[in-house]
Amino acid sequence: MLMSSSSLAMLEPENGKDSLAVSMTITKGYLRYNDSTTPVLSNLNMVMPAGQWTCILGRSGCGKTSMLRYLAGLLDQQVTWSGELSINANNREQPDFSNQIAYMAQQDLLLPWLSVLDNVTLSSKFGAETSKADKDKAQFLLAKVGLADNAHRFPQHLSGGMRQRVALARTLMQDKPVVLMDEPFSALDAVTRYRLQDLACELLKDKTVVLITHEPQEAIRLADHIYIMQGNPAGAERLQVPSTATPRPFDAECAQLQQQIMTCLAQEYGAEYE
Amino acid sequence: MSDIVNSNLRHQQNSKEKKQPVPISPVLRITISALVIIGLWQSIVVIFEMPSFILPAPLAVFERLIERHEVLLKHTLVTAQEIVFGLLLGLFMGLFFALQMLLFKPVKHWLLPILIASQAIPVFAIAPVLMLWLGYGIASKIVMAALIIFFPVTTCCYDGLRNTPTGYLDLAKTMGATKLQMLRHIQLPASLPTLASGIRVAVVIAPIGAVAGEWVGSSAGLGYLMLQANARMMIDEMFAALLILSALSVLLYFVTDKALKKLIPWEK
Repeated sequence: MLMSSSSLAMLEPENGKDSLAVSMTITKGYLRYNDSTTPVLSNLNMVMPAGQWTCILGRSGCGKTSMLRYLAGLLDQQVTWSGELSINANNREQPDFSNQIAYMAQQDLLLPWLSVLDNVTLSSKFGAETSKADKDKAQFLLAKVGLADNAHRFPQHLSGGMRQRVALARTLMQDKPVVLMDEPFSALDAVTRYRLQDLACELLKDKTVVLITHEPQEAIRLADHIYIMQGNPAGAERLQVPSTATPRPFDAECAQLQQQIMTCLAQEYGAEYE
Repeated sequence: MSDIVNSNLRHQQNSKEKKQPVPISPVLRITISALVIIGLWQSIVVIFEMPSFILPAPLAVFERLIERHEVLLKHTLVTAQEIVFGLLLGLFMGLFFALQMLLFKPVKHWLLPILIASQAIPVFAIAPVLMLWLGYGIASKIVMAALIIFFPVTTCCYDGLRNTPTGYLDLAKTMGATKLQMLRHIQLPASLPTLASGIRVAVVIAPIGAVAGEWVGSSAGLGYLMLQANARMMIDEMFAALLILSALSVLLYFVTDKALKKLIPWEK
């Protein structure tokens, strides 16, 4: 069946159900692994405004992934977390996320036994029945990430970049106001990463995105807000970001910011080697 | 013009093929191996002048195979039935117990030691008891075959279910999957490659269970036929039964392997 452009527009995630604008604030965050006496995170304060990209940088092991997992509700029993998380949806306080997040990891996490199309509609297996409209929407999203012709192939036949694009389509399919990303582009080669950043930036522009990365350039290209997690135990420091639109071309201001980030991060490593 | 390009291409392909070793189809490989073994067998008989009641010549065995094909076929069908039903029963039990151990922690703590201890009792030792309880018919052999594959299938299935990549589970959790949905859509399919290696082992050892059961007490089947032939010094008939049994096992393995590869194309 052919769809007119207006019916296609109906499937746009932005125009679907009335989208929530969710912002999050962490106050006095504290995190400790149960097998250690010293905390990893302490007095962590962070604001993640609605509909904007917040990028979090930090050296490996500083607790940034644990923080994201806390937001995703994935912290296990081996970690103690305390601190206040306030969630604000359409200017109303909410007790929890109650199913408002989508999660994108470093690995694409495509299920090898499902076709690309079925991977994109995976969330429907855990919720409502898959309807014809869902399939059409998935097909539309696959077209958006440039994989319209690959819907019936299997993940093991796709390249790394294609797989991560399918993962992006799956995240869009979930259509949640908050998207949590844990270094989703880090396993890709430079050009593929660059393209995927652009694509994600365009397709997730109205979402509240929290992106963990160890790549200063990635943060500078995409972030509306940048936090660096540093110190031991780590807290978060906010950096001034250029006010230009994302994805940013790399200019003098960006270079300066990158220098600043590198200095910040180098301090951390310096402390380690002393 | 296009013809020239085509012929050029073909030429390139040909030269490429020549460089690589010619791939031998599995069927051909098995045929060659079988011929080599039969050749060795024949030469042993000739060189050492084996009497036919110790080691009959391959030709004598083949003659017997053709001459007695009706009887052999009848007993083969019985044994094949025992193996297939034993496999199905054992797989079903293994899957069931693995699921119980996964879903209910206490079951695991109580059942796993018993399972391991049960492996200390040789299945052959309980065969007479099974004959006593289930009779001389097909049922006791099905249970024998099922028992002998139960342990490898259960442990493989349980390992597969337990070692789901955590990333898949995290993803499903953020999508709001319930425990049961997680099991059905993530853990079960993710365990299939591990389960498949359990099934491959099971397919090889299930015939052992069935034939051992037939030796202990039966009135039909290849194992029964071998005992009868042995007692009557019809060694060529015994070898004919043995030959069929090996062929049956090899065939079963290859069919299963092909089917598993088809069903689980993502398996490495």
